[in-house]
Amino acid sequence: MDKAKIKETFLGGIIKNNPTFVLVLGTCPTIAMTTTLFQAFAMGVATMFVLIFSNLFVSLLRNLIPDKVRIPCYIVIISTFVIIVQMVMQRFMPDLYSTMRAFIALIVVNCIILARAESFASCNKPLYSVLDGFSIGLGFTGALCLIGIVREFLAGGSFAGIAIPGFPAMSGTGASAFGFIVFGCMMALFNFVIQKLNERKEKMKRAALPLAEDRVEELKEVPEK
Amino acid sequence: MTVSIISVMFAAVISNNIVLSQYQGICPFLGVSKKISSAAGMGFAVIFVMAVSAVFTWLVYNYVLVPLEIEFLYTMAFILVIASLVQITEMIVKRYSPTLYSALGVYLPLITTNCAILGTANSAVVFNSYTFIETFAVSVATGAGFLLAIILLACVRLKTDRADIPKCFKGFPITLVTAAIMAMAFAGFAGILA
Repeated sequence: MDKAKIKETFLGGIIKNNPTFVLVLGTCPTIAMTTTLFQAFAMGVATMFVLIFSNLFVSLLRNLIPDKVRIPCYIVIISTFVIIVQMVMQRFMPDLYSTMRAFIALIVVNCIILARAESFASCNKPLYSVLDGFSIGLGFTGALCLIGIVREFLAGGSFAGIAIPGFPAMSGTGASAFGFIVFGCMMALFNFVIQKLNERKEKMKRAALPLAEDRVEELKEVPEK
Repeated sequence: MTVSIISVMFAAVISNNIVLSQYQGICPFLGVSKKISSAAGMGFAVIFVMAVSAVFTWLVYNYVLVPLEIEFLYTMAFILVIASLVQITEMIVKRYSPTLYSALGVYLPLITTNCAILGTANSAVVFNSYTFIETFAVSVATGAGFLLAIILLACVRLKTDRADIPKCFKGFPITLVTAAIMAMAFAGFAGILA
């Protein structure tokens, strides 16, 4: 048990490897299933469930699966859990399932899940793989919920189904095209924040090393002016 | 019969476009649309695989899953059919048409995880239970809709890549905003059929 690795795995999925904003994987549900916060949350949790269990089983079977047929094996593992999600949702949440069924079935081809099975679970211990599935799933759910909150607010003037007084629904924003715009703008915002944070880090590094080469040149230039 | 097929096909290409109004196949739509030539290669490969996989998934569903009463396994069956079809197609194309292979080859393996293929098979075969001919027609039209959308996006991206836009909008964000405007334009066609 390595604490640093646990921390790295956990935080990696949420920020550094955020599946939605950084890796830009699984964009279809991100745009299609975020019209309301509740729907976005349900989609995120369903994906997280499949991700955790497929990571666990891929990791447990990593020494048994022959290298040549690994992709079909992963697909069988993933689709098993997708079928479980479909059956559970159909039984206990039939209304929600009927609106989401096209995209619940498409969790099978969500690139995030196959990518994590291939790049993480196939070469890591089960515990880390479950943790990775959980954190990537959390990053995905969080991103979906953020987009869901913004879209629901703009299109319906409500938060999680509760109408906010004073904010009428904006006509046209409920339209299908709006998912693309909100997703694009949020990704730009994410990039902007990361960019500013990196700039600040760089500045602090420079301030700590006053005699770094570029700093010396800067100092030389000053008297000439 | 023919009229309904034609209207469904028209809807699949324009007003009900797979990418811009059903949000399927967005990953390759964003990822492979940097150059017009690669966008066209991806588009034609999608049409081909979509048509072949719709035919085979229809056969598998109606002649294997339904008689055995295991329809609930359709997700697993379809994705395995599609993955193996992509592999077989790649081998056949490589063996018999090296020119076509060099044009499509790179894009073929990527298609397995293109959710538009599985999504179209699901909706045509399972959700709408179309007949064999309808399934084939709809899947070709859906593929054509994908080709149209990805080529249009590639053309627009040639301009946006050179435009002076804020740094944080470079790459995916500006492409998504472009796609949004395209989606609005395509949604305008919806009135024609209604």
